Amino acid sequence: MTLLFGHLIDLLLAVSLTVLAWRLLATSDLFKATVLFIAFGLLMALAWVRLDAPDLALAEAVIGAGITGVLLLTALRHLDSGARVARMSGRSGRRSLRVLLPALGIMPALLVLLCLSSPHIRSTAGLTASVIERLDQIGTDHPVTAVLLDFRAYDTLLETAVLLLAVVAVWSLHPVRPIFSPEPISPAQRGLLRLLLPVLIMTSLYLLWRGSHAPGGAFQAGALLAAGLLLLLLSEQRLPGRWSGMFLRLLLAGGFMIFLLVAAGALVGTGTLLDYPGGGASWLLLSIEAALSLSIAALLATAVIGGRPSDRSTEFPPRRKDPAGEEG
Amino acid sequence: MFLRDATTCLLLLAAASFFLAGLVGLLRFPDVFCRLHALTKADNLGLGLVCIALIIQADSWHGAVRLLLTWFLVLVSGATIAHLIARKALQQGQTPWRNR
Repeated sequence: MTLLFGHLIDLLLAVSLTVLAWRLLATSDLFKATVLFIAFGLLMALAWVRLDAPDLALAEAVIGAGITGVLLLTALRHLDSGARVARMSGRSGRRSLRVLLPALGIMPALLVLLCLSSPHIRSTAGLTASVIERLDQIGTDHPVTAVLLDFRAYDTLLETAVLLLAVVAVWSLHPVRPIFSPEPISPAQRGLLRLLLPVLIMTSLYLLWRGSHAPGGAFQAGALLAAGLLLLLLSEQRLPGRWSGMFLRLLLAGGFMIFLLVAAGALVGTGTLLDYPGGGASWLLLSIEAALSLSIAALLATAVIGGRPSDRSTEFPPRRKDPAGEEG
Repeated sequence: MFLRDATTCLLLLAAASFFLAGLVGLLRFPDVFCRLHALTKADNLGLGLVCIALIIQADSWHGAVRLLLTWFLVLVSGATIAHLIARKALQQGQTPWRNR
């Protein structure tokens, strides 16, 4: 009975994910597409939960749905209203696809169902056994963290480099512009910020600490911290001018730099890149993760701000010029 | 044991009815303020009932506290976001719907 319900939920998830993906690709309204993308991310997180991958579910919910959603919405604000609706040609073609849609949705669902019910496909365990076998040689009890920071540390190192490069690319496009309208902030929003910010920081620290033995870790902690920073941004809090220079750049690059230093140190010490001394002490992994999560939070938030800090003496992001404010 | 499961089922069914009512309201109500009203009812009461139903089934007190905390956070952020959307709609000059 429980198994049947599980299959039913999986089927529902697979169908709605496919339908959502199609809707968000087919719509000509970019705002609608963004909202659908956020919904898609949330459902995707549910799918990861169903697949027993809570690490991925956390990352998908916070980064895939939350932060990327904000990123897309702010990007949409920068576009002029004419560009928001991408003109689609050939509406008749879309209609025939609309007929095809149920078939498109049902096929992957059937495939999932087949995979779930066939014992052959389910029994392929992949690399799980060999990872767990070597777990005691590293400073962590959680297999996912072990893979991220030890077995496949090279991938993680390059991923953080990609994030850093993305912000460098954003900064090279144009100086920062004021991002939000000059309307006064609602007191309820300030209250929510006061309540949620400590909770977000605490949860982020908890996830970071938990990463060594249970689902959690640098990316999830960093993304939660970034959510807190975005709340601060939305409430018109700014980085003071004296911190938007070298301090901000060090914060952005810090995670990658420390990771790289450890990698290079291992290269000097043991002759292999990222081969941690003593199989990787837990304090070493934890310090890499702490630096990484701070950097990831800063990187995601600066990507949302979009544009480089123009001058050392101005706040980042700058205030919008408000004619009413100048009079008073 | 039976009483516990039956209570959970009843609470979950009640929650489902709230979510359904909220969904119908969201789809059918005439303006953004009415829709927000329908939606927040579903969020607050529906989720609250689900949380109570699961607290009855919780193994430990910290599991129960975590569920309560989830409800509380959704209550606070849901109410604030509804307020912010309504505020923005008013600023944009949308007038609340009136039945004449």
